[in-house]
Amino acid sequence: MSAPSSPSEAYAEFVKGIWKENPVFVGVLGMCPMLAVTNSAVNALAMASATLFVLLGSSVLVSALRTVIPKQVRITTYIIIIATFVTVADMTLAAAVPAVHKELGAFISLIVVNCLILGRQEAFASKNTLWMAFVDALGMGLGFGFALFCLGASREVLGMGSIFGVSLFGPNYEPWVIMILPPGGFIMLGLIMVVFNWAKFRKGAA
Amino acid sequence: MSQLAWIFISAVLVNNFTLAYFLGLCPFFGVSSRLETAFRLGLANIFVLIITSICAWLLNSFVLPYAPYLRLISFIVVIASTVQFVEMVIRKMSPNLFRALGIFLPLITTNCAILGLALFQTSRGYGFWQGLVFALGAGIGLTLALALMAGLREEAELSDVPAVVRGTALNLLIAGLLSMAFQGFAGLFGGAA
Repeated sequence: MSAPSSPSEAYAEFVKGIWKENPVFVGVLGMCPMLAVTNSAVNALAMASATLFVLLGSSVLVSALRTVIPKQVRITTYIIIIATFVTVADMTLAAAVPAVHKELGAFISLIVVNCLILGRQEAFASKNTLWMAFVDALGMGLGFGFALFCLGASREVLGMGSIFGVSLFGPNYEPWVIMILPPGGFIMLGLIMVVFNWAKFRKGAA
Repeated sequence: MSQLAWIFISAVLVNNFTLAYFLGLCPFFGVSSRLETAFRLGLANIFVLIITSICAWLLNSFVLPYAPYLRLISFIVVIASTVQFVEMVIRKMSPNLFRALGIFLPLITTNCAILGLALFQTSRGYGFWQGLVFALGAGIGLTLALALMAGLREEAELSDVPAVVRGTALNLLIAGLLSMAFQGFAGLFGGAA
């Protein structure tokens, strides 16, 4: 795996994160921030970009340091690297979009413990070259963002009858309040996964 | 005293970490296929949560007033070292349990419930005893959710479910219903939550 990678190999690593090994739909990783902040499309996008930033930064750094980090303390080391990038993301969001930052609250700090990020360091970045780690992180981060956006947008449409705060159905729409409450998160993600499975089954059958 | 009881019940039922705050979902879906494993993971979690609470209290009272920007990193370092310690102890004392939990033991570190507890405890300004009770309640709440989920999943395995819904999708739908049931506890103290 550590041999210089061809462009097609890198492309395969990139695409697998978005669809075939999508961290949320297939890997079932990173569920905590996934469900907690996705009650609107804007929150989902902010969360997705913060996660992408942290994932890219820490994957590149872990991959660059992979021969230096002693095996016994690797998890602690990864976590400290991740926590550093999260602090940067947290402060950047607070400065750039204070309203969104306030709404996401503790969940920005909780990116540190997103299983997706630590999982990628342990399973991929610590064993692969810098370029491959970058491509893998980009694919996984975008796949995660795609899933977050699907969930956030559909919950906002059903739960508040709007998207990005713009009303869709007019004043007569009765919002499904349950969709923006915690149970709605579980149920909506379950339904999206059913659709995802169905697409996979159909492809397999054809 | 009544305040401590309120913190405890609120953490176990009303604001259950897993079902209302979405904390600790990875083990919730990963390890909840068998009741016994789920229960043991719950116990490991309670243990780590209580140690985390004590560590967070120590850091909050003696270290962080002088260096508030280190909060996230110092919490994480303390938690990660605690988990590696628990991992070593479990590997020595119960190799079977160690194998049963597999990848999820190192991932307790990335269990949001652990860091979430430290962060919530800080932002709500809990003292030593309040923090301890909060940790115990959160741990029991997690174990309760894990055990309920594992029980339901063992049942669901035997029932006739369409192939498209099987697996994670079904688990999520079950979790949604469970969460809806727990929402009912929100009225327990006159809607205070």
